[in-house]
Amino acid sequence: MHLMWFTERQYHYDPETEPQRSRTLETQILRHRSFFGLPNENFDARHGSALLNEYLDEKIYSEELGFDGLMLNEHHGTPFCLGSVMDVEAAILAKTTKRAKIVLLGNPVPTVANALRLAEELSMIDLISGGRLVPGWVRGAGSEQLANNSNPAYNREYFEEGVDFILKAWTTPGPFRFEGKHFHFRFVNPWVLPLQKPHPPIWIPGLVSPDTVTWCARKRFPYVALATRLEPTVELWNLYTQTAAREGYQAGPENFGYLQPIFVGENQARAEELGKRFLYGGAFAHFARPEWMFPPGYNSKEATRRMARLQAAANFQGKPIHAGGGNETDEELEEIRRGVYAQYEQSKKDLQMIAGTPDYVIPRLRKVLEVLRPGIFSFWLDGPLAQKDRIKCLELISREIMPAVRQIGRELGLTDPFERAPGSVPLAAGREPTPVAQVDALGSAPA
Amino acid sequence: MATKESVRETSYQIGADQLFVLTAGAGKPVLVLHEELGFPGWMKWNEELSDRRTLLTPLLPGFGRTPRAEWIMSVRDLAGFIARGLREQRLAPIDVIGFSFGGWLAAEMAANDPALFSKMVLVAPAGIRPPEGEIKDLFKVPALEYLRESVRDSQRTAEFASLYDGGTSPEQYEAFEDARAETARLAWQPYMFNPSLPHLLEGTANLPALIIWGRDDQVVPMSTAGVYQRSMKNSRVVIFEACGHRPEVEASESFVREVKNFLQ
Repeated sequence: MHLMWFTERQYHYDPETEPQRSRTLETQILRHRSFFGLPNENFDARHGSALLNEYLDEKIYSEELGFDGLMLNEHHGTPFCLGSVMDVEAAILAKTTKRAKIVLLGNPVPTVANALRLAEELSMIDLISGGRLVPGWVRGAGSEQLANNSNPAYNREYFEEGVDFILKAWTTPGPFRFEGKHFHFRFVNPWVLPLQKPHPPIWIPGLVSPDTVTWCARKRFPYVALATRLEPTVELWNLYTQTAAREGYQAGPENFGYLQPIFVGENQARAEELGKRFLYGGAFAHFARPEWMFPPGYNSKEATRRMARLQAAANFQGKPIHAGGGNETDEELEEIRRGVYAQYEQSKKDLQMIAGTPDYVIPRLRKVLEVLRPGIFSFWLDGPLAQKDRIKCLELISREIMPAVRQIGRELGLTDPFERAPGSVPLAAGREPTPVAQVDALGSAPA
Repeated sequence: MATKESVRETSYQIGADQLFVLTAGAGKPVLVLHEELGFPGWMKWNEELSDRRTLLTPLLPGFGRTPRAEWIMSVRDLAGFIARGLREQRLAPIDVIGFSFGGWLAAEMAANDPALFSKMVLVAPAGIRPPEGEIKDLFKVPALEYLRESVRDSQRTAEFASLYDGGTSPEQYEAFEDARAETARLAWQPYMFNPSLPHLLEGTANLPALIIWGRDDQVVPMSTAGVYQRSMKNSRVVIFEACGHRPEVEASESFVREVKNFLQ
C-alpha cells in the first residue's frame, strides 16, 4: 500500500487560542454560504505566511514519520485552501524532502490555460525531486472556472485535450506542432523533460463522476476517490473494472485510491473534538454556492438533468438550488451552524470520518479497506486545528495506525501502483473481470 | 393577431445543421432573435405585432429544440450561420428585432452584411462594451436571479410571471442551463461583447435602426446605447422611462407602438 498524508491547508484561526477570530471567520463563511468568494479583505497576509510555512514544515516532517506520499491539491479564491498554486509548494518539497513521492491531486488543467507551461513546471519538479513526482489532473471545481476565467462550457474538452497535449509534450521528440480544438502550439520543444520515463505515473482524483472514471480506466490511470460515500464509490469502481475489462486488462487495487478524514487522539473525547472541526464553516457543504459549483456547461447534460429534478438538493440546507440567500438573522445562522455540526454523527456512522483512539480507528479503517480495497490510501486532516494538534495526530497515525494499515494491506493483497503497474494484468476478451471492491464487506460498521 | 396556440414549429436544414423556427402571424416576415436565456415564450407584444407581420423566431443552435452545432464557437460564427439560412430561404432583406444577446447577433449580422436587413430593431443589445457600468454577469448567478433583475420591478410587471412559464419547473431549469451553457460557449470572453463590433457597424450607415433601451436597465447599461448610435449613422435611440432590460414586457404597449411605427 502507498500511504499518504493530505490537508487542504486551510486559512483558519485556532479556536482554542484565538476563539474570537476563529468564530468571526466561520460566521462570515456561513453567512456568505461559501468559502469561495469570501472577500479577500479578510485575508491577513502575516497569518497566511505563518500558516503556509507550518503546512510545509508538516509535509517535510511527515516524510520523516514514514508516509510514502505527500499529497497536495489546489483551489483558488477561497480560505478553504491556501495552496492556490501547488506547483510552488511541490517545488519546495522536491528540494527539501528525499524519499517520499510528491503527489499532485491534481493540477486543474482547464484553468491553467497554458498546458505547455504546466508540462515544463512539472518536469522541473520531477527533475529536482530526483523522479519522485506523481502528477494528477483535475477539471477544477466549478468555482475555479470563475476564479480563473476558464470557460466552463468547454471544461471537459480543455481537460482531455490538455492532458493529451502534456503527455505528448513529454513523450514526442520536438519540435512539433500541436493544433487541437482549443490548444494551439506551433513550436513544442520543451528542453526540460521529466526524469521518469516515458513520463511520471499519473493518478487522477475525483468525486466519482462516471465520465472521469471511465476516462481513467481507458487511460489506465489509477483513480483516487476523494472521501466519497462508500456505496457510490463501489459502484463507480465496478464501472472502472468493467471498462478496464473492455480495454483488455484486469483492474486491481493498484488502480484505486481513497482519501479519508481520520483524526487520532490520545483519548476518544479529544479525537472527536478535533474531528468535529472538520465541519468548520460547513466544510464541503459550503465549499462554494451551487451557482458557482455548477457554472454553465460545467456539468454533463445527464448531470444537469438529474440536478433539475433534485432542485432542493443543493449544498445549502433547505435552499433550493435556484434560490438566493445570505440574509439570515443571527438566530437563523446559529440554527444553520448547529445543523452543520449535527452532521458529524451521521458522518461517523457512515464511516465518512473516523475520529478516535487508535483502538477505535483501526477496525473502522479495516472495514473501509475491506470494502474498497485501494492500493493507495491518504489520511486527511482538516479544519481549524492548531499545529500542535496536527503534529500530534500525524505522530499517532505514524506510530499506531500506519503499521496496522500496512499489515491489513498485506492481508488483503492491496498492491499499489509502484508494486504492480496499473493496467499490466491482461484479461482475455470476453472474460468477466473480478470486481476489486467487495460490496459484501459493507455490512454494518463496527459498533 | 396570432395566439400562442397558432405558433408553428418548422425545421430547416442549413448545411449539415438543423434549425427550428417558430412561425406565427400574417404578412411581411420579421426575424426575431431571442435573448441569452432562450425563447422566453409567446408574449403580448408577439400577439400585437403579429396582426400584420409574420414573426419568424429561430431557436438558435443549442437553445431549446435546435441541436448544438459544434463548430459554432462565437457570435460571429452564429451570425454567419443565420445569415446563410436567410439567404438560402430567400428571406433577405428582412426586418429584424433582436433582444439583448439576440440584439448583438443582429448587429453582428448587419456589420458583416448590411444588405441582409431592411430595418433593424435592437432592444437593449449586448455586443458592445458599455462606456459606463458593466454587463451583468449571467454566469455567476442562478438563471432566476438574472431573470428577476432583468426587469425593474418583477412584482409590477404583469407578464413577468408568464416569462419562461414562471421558470421554476425542472424542464425550465434544464432549458435555462442549456441556454446558459450555449451563451458561455459563444460569449464567455470578452463577456458579452466584441471589441471590433462598433468599428464594423460603421459600415451599416444606411441601414435604418431603432435602438430601444430601458433607463433602469440592470443587465446591459444604457450607456451602451450611445455607442450603438454613434456607430450606426441612420439609427435612433428611444429610451423607456421606469423600465429595465425588458421593454417588450415591462412597457409592452409603448414597445409595440414604437416598433410598428418604425417598421411601417
